[in-house]
Amino acid sequence: MFEKTIRGSQRYWGWLFFLLVLMGIGFGVYLYQFFEGLKITGMSRDVSWGFYIAQLTYLVGVAAGGVMVVLPYYLHDYKAFGRITILGEFLAIAAVIMCMLFVFVDLGQPTRVMNVIIHPTPNSILFWDMTVLSVYLLLNIVVGWNVLSAERKGIPYQKWVKVLAYVSIPWAFSIHTVTAFLYAGLPGRHYWLTAIMAARFLSSAFAAGPALLLLLCLIVRKVSRFDPGREAVRTLGGIVAYAFIINVFFFLLELFTAFYSQIPGHMHPIQFLFTGLEGHTYLVPWMWTAAAVAVVGLILLIVPATRRNEDTLVVGCVAVIVSTWIDKGLGLIIAGFTPNPFEGVTPYWPTLPEMLISIGVFATGFFILTVLYKMAIGIKEEAAGVS
Amino acid sequence: MGVNRREFLKIAGLSTLVGLGGKTAFELLAPGELEAREAPLGEAQKWGMVVDMHKMDEPLMDKCIEACHRFHNVPNIGTPKEEVKWLWKETYHHSFPGRENEYLTEEVEEMPFLLLCNHCTNPPCVRVCPTKATFKREDGIVIMDMHRCIGCRFCMAACPYGSRSFNWGDPRKAPEALNPGFPWNPDYPTRSMGVVEKCNFCAERLAKGQYPACVEAAAEEVEGALVFGDLADPESEPRAVLREHYTIRRKPELGTGPNVFYVI
Ligand code: SF4
Ligand code: SF4
Repeated sequence: MFEKTIRGSQRYWGWLFFLLVLMGIGFGVYLYQFFEGLKITGMSRDVSWGFYIAQLTYLVGVAAGGVMVVLPYYLHDYKAFGRITILGEFLAIAAVIMCMLFVFVDLGQPTRVMNVIIHPTPNSILFWDMTVLSVYLLLNIVVGWNVLSAERKGIPYQKWVKVLAYVSIPWAFSIHTVTAFLYAGLPGRHYWLTAIMAARFLSSAFAAGPALLLLLCLIVRKVSRFDPGREAVRTLGGIVAYAFIINVFFFLLELFTAFYSQIPGHMHPIQFLFTGLEGHTYLVPWMWTAAAVAVVGLILLIVPATRRNEDTLVVGCVAVIVSTWIDKGLGLIIAGFTPNPFEGVTPYWPTLPEMLISIGVFATGFFILTVLYKMAIGIKEEAAGVS
Repeated sequence: MGVNRREFLKIAGLSTLVGLGGKTAFELLAPGELEAREAPLGEAQKWGMVVDMHKMDEPLMDKCIEACHRFHNVPNIGTPKEEVKWLWKETYHHSFPGRENEYLTEEVEEMPFLLLCNHCTNPPCVRVCPTKATFKREDGIVIMDMHRCIGCRFCMAACPYGSRSFNWGDPRKAPEALNPGFPWNPDYPTRSMGVVEKCNFCAERLAKGQYPACVEAAAEEVEGALVFGDLADPESEPRAVLREHYTIRRKPELGTGPNVFYVI
C-alpha cells in the first residue's frame, strides 16, 4: 500500500520537503540540547516541565479524540463515519508518535529511556502512560492497516480486526485518563490536584480532536478527489459542539470551587493565569484570548445556522483548537508549577531552541500524517474508481 | 538499606572478632571522628532530624550549607534558573506557606529556616519515579541512583517541598570562579548532566557511623542546633528533643510524613 505514497503532485512533494526541512532544523537543535543539556530551554528548578510536556498532554488529547469517529461507527453502526474512521485512526497514530517524541526530547538522559522497561514500576503513572500509549499506537496501526487493505481488496475486514477496534474505544479513554493522572495525583500542586482533571481532559480532547479531524477532512476534500461526505462533517460539528460545551462547563466548575471556597491554594494558579500573581502577568493576555476565542467558538458551534454553514463551522473549529491549546498546551503546565512550593512565582517561557525542537516534532507528526493520509486517500480513490 | 547495614554488620562482626565493644571498635576504626558527638551512629529504622531554630542563626546555617555542598560536590552554578541545592535557607513564609499570620513575632518573621529533603515516610517522589531511581531504604532514607535516573523530572513535580534539583547543564562545567577547587571531595562522585539530585542524609557517612556533614558542622559551634538520630527509637536524641519541645513540620497535611522537624 505504501506505493500510494510515492506518487504525488508537486504540491505533495513540496509540502513533504518543507516538513523535512523543519524536521532537520529540529533535529539539529536537538543535538545541541543533547550535548548542552536542558539548560537551553526555559525550564528551571521551579518550573521543571514546560512546553514539551504540555504538547504531550495536548496531543494525547488529539489522539484520544479520534475515537469520536471510531465509536459511532463501530458501536452504533453510524455509516456516515465509515469513510473517515481511517482518518481518525491515522490521526491518532501521528499524534501518539508526536507524544512519544515530546517525552523523549524532555528527558535529561534520553539514552537511558529503556530503564522504564528494564525496571518496570507499576506505581509510577509515567510507566502506565507509556504502556497505554504504546498499546494505543499498536491498536491503531493494526486496525487502520487491516481495514484499509480489506477496503482495497474490496472484501470485509476480518473479525479479529473488529474486536481490536472495539478494544481501541475504551483504550482511547484510558490514554487521556492516565495522562490526567500524571498530574491529578500530585500532592501540593493545587491547580492539578482536582478530581475533575481527567474529565476535563477528555472533554477537551473530544472537542479538539474531532475539530482537527473536521478541518483535515475539509483539506482532504480540497486536495484530493475523496469526499468525506457532508453528513460526516456535519455530525463531527455536532460532536465538537457538545464536547466543547462540556469542556467549558467543567472549567467553570473549577472556578466555582476555587473562588467560592476562597482557599488561597486553589485560587492562586487561576489568578496567576487570568490576572497575574506577584506582578507576573505574562500569561494573562493568552488566557483572555483563550476565553474570548472560546466564546466565539461556542456561539458559532451552538447556533445551528453557523454550525451548518461550513465557513463558520471552520472558524468555530479553529476557535476550539486555539482555546483548548492555550488552556492545555500552555496554561496547564505553567500554572501547575505556579506558585511554586514556596509560594513564589518563577516565570517560564519557552526559548527559541525549545520552540525549534517542538516545531521539529510537530513537523515529524505532520509528515507521518501526510504520508498516511496520502495512502488512505489513494486507496479510497482507487476503490471508488476515480483514479 | 544495603550499604548501611552491610557496613555496620562488617564493623560489628569485626569488633566481635577482636572481642571489643561496638563503640571501641568504632574508635579504633575511625579515630578522632567521634569527638564531636557522643556516640557513633548505628543502625536505624527511621532517620530523622530536628532543627532547633532557637540555637540556629544565619552564619551557622551558611556553615552547614557549605559543609554539605562541599562534601557532596554540589557546585554553585551561578544562575537561580539552573541552581542545584541540597540544603538551603528560606523565610518562614516560604517554608511554611499557609501557616503564616499577620502578627508573627519578629524573630519568626525575619529568621530564615534551614530546608532540606524531609525523607518523607510516604514519599510522593518515590511513588512517581518510573525507574525506581528514587527509592526509600529500610532505614527511612530517600535516596537516588543517579545512574538509573532518566531525567524525566516527575519526582520534581511530585515533591511538594521543592527539595529536588535537576542538572540542567553539566555540573562539572560550573563556573570555576564560583567554585575554586571543585570537585572538593574526591571521595564523593560528581554528577552528570540530566539527572536529579537532592539531600541523601549523608548515607555514605552514616554507613561509617558518622553524623551527616551539616550536623557535624553545626555541632562544632552549638550543641544541639541540628539533632540527628533514629526517630523510631524512643531513647534517641531527636526523640528526646521532640518530647521536650513544640515542633512543626512542613506541610504535614499532605500526608507525606516529613521527618525533619523544626523547634520554633
Ligand atoms: S521532601 Fe520531597 S524529595 Fe524528599 S522524600 Fe519528601 S517528597 Fe521526596
Ligand atoms: S527524574 Fe530520575 S529520579 Fe526523578 S522520577 Fe525521573 S527517573 Fe526517577
